[in-house]
Amino acid sequence: MATQQIFSPLPGIFYRKPAPDKPVYKNDGDAVADTDTIGLIEVMKSFNEVKAGAAGRIVRFLAENEEAVMAGQPIAEIDV
Amino acid sequence: MTIKKLLIANRGEIAVRINRAARELGIATVQVYSKADKDSLAVRLADEAVDIGPPQASKSYLNQAAILAAAQSSGADAIHPGYGFLAENAEFAAAVEAAGLIFVGPTAQSIRLMGDKVAARKAAASAGVPTVPGSEGRLESADAAFALVERTGFPVMIKAAAGGGGRGIRIARSAEEFHHLMPQAQAEALAAFGDGGLYVEKLVEGARHIEVQVLGDGRDVIHCFERECSLQRRRQKVWEEAPSPSLTQAVREKLCASAVALARAVNYRGAGTLEYLYDERTGEFYFLEMNTRIQVEHPVTEMITGIDLVREMIRIAGGEPLRIRQDEVRVSGHSIEVRINAEDPARNFLPNPGTVSALSLPGGDGVRFDSMLYQGYTVPPFYDSLLGKLIVHDRDRPSAIGKLERALAGLGVEGISTTKPLHQALARDADVQAGRFHTAWLEPWLEAHAASLAMTSPPPSAKVTP
Repeated sequence: MATQQIFSPLPGIFYRKPAPDKPVYKNDGDAVADTDTIGLIEVMKSFNEVKAGAAGRIVRFLAENEEAVMAGQPIAEIDV
Repeated sequence: MTIKKLLIANRGEIAVRINRAARELGIATVQVYSKADKDSLAVRLADEAVDIGPPQASKSYLNQAAILAAAQSSGADAIHPGYGFLAENAEFAAAVEAAGLIFVGPTAQSIRLMGDKVAARKAAASAGVPTVPGSEGRLESADAAFALVERTGFPVMIKAAAGGGGRGIRIARSAEEFHHLMPQAQAEALAAFGDGGLYVEKLVEGARHIEVQVLGDGRDVIHCFERECSLQRRRQKVWEEAPSPSLTQAVREKLCASAVALARAVNYRGAGTLEYLYDERTGEFYFLEMNTRIQVEHPVTEMITGIDLVREMIRIAGGEPLRIRQDEVRVSGHSIEVRINAEDPARNFLPNPGTVSALSLPGGDGVRFDSMLYQGYTVPPFYDSLLGKLIVHDRDRPSAIGKLERALAGLGVEGISTTKPLHQALARDADVQAGRFHTAWLEPWLEAHAASLAMTSPPPSAKVTP
């Protein structure tokens, strides 16, 4: 098993939930498929899904819900 | 009470616009900013600047307590909210006044009244302003619904009272269709929502979006004629002009008089806009809503009337009466505004924040660029994509379109993609040149022109003709 990072593809605001009143997409420890959505990046009022990009298990999130992130910033760690 | 120091509770191009108006009136400015806007043009231009929080709008530009604290600490005596953010928040307007400050805009009561769809429709009806005909509440029986549509005429939309997001909408184009669809709609609404209640509303097909600018001082109201903003993508205006290319003089007079009647009925203070749907085939117009703020597209009105709307709204907020009489407001020529957004029309309008590596601007008579850009500026990703507005004015519409093409050719924003190529394509389009469009015109046009727009992505060092 190797740990790798999921990077934000865009600069913007990172969200862990599809809507404020919805549960988070993924929790620490959740298994993910490579096409699973793990969060959203809001760029100029448009929302873009962030995919896991690899199958594995989420170790932990590195960015918090509603955190401002830069493109290329690591937002989660996964064990693949 | 004259305003001496104005706090600008906004960002981007409108903050710059308000700063200019304040400066011309000899008023000092305080610019509030989020951490992401520390290097913004608005901050650079202001006499003072106050950090009000992190990039997220909810924690900065929407943070009422932080903005009020900035006003107190800087000694500002008035707050201009711009558009968006807190501009139409009645609670904020009331809090500003409760803090002993001037809110540059209408009263909290006006904001509340016009922000409530049902109350605004009622106010319109009692001022004799037509609204889209339909049922005022839910209809329980097919007979009651039919009695109503016999008055409104066809086509009509049948909507489930409990529905939303376009679910359960049916369009009936004749009495026959109506009788066929109504029971279906009722049964479906009952099955889907457990509620068979329906609404019926006249469908205005091919409607244009026309809006009237008003200016009031709480006692008197004047109009500054109309703007047409039918070119929209995803309900966002893309290209706006004044006057509308589609109104006859008789309809224009009726429309503007109706806007004044409604604004007067609510003792409106400040700059406001009444939005209408206009059915070109019948000449009928229908009030939609009133925006109780300065709007993005206000410059086209300024260009054709010579009235500085932002200056006037600040003077009125300072307690001065309206100083322009209705018969002094005259239309001269034609003006067009296009929105220069950080979006790539070649890639389905993908947002495109980043650094402006080089900037060249068009000039000459009748060309205005209201923007937040400067060379080397990094456009943050946290707010909307509007970078600026290119506005032209000329003697008539064809000349204005010609000037727009010339000005667009001279606008060079390098380092990020913008909507400039979209406007160049629109300016060359035969329907746009003939003024033949409506609110549902642009989206199919974009689909039909996707291939040619995809080729417009300029190389990083695109040539610019000054």
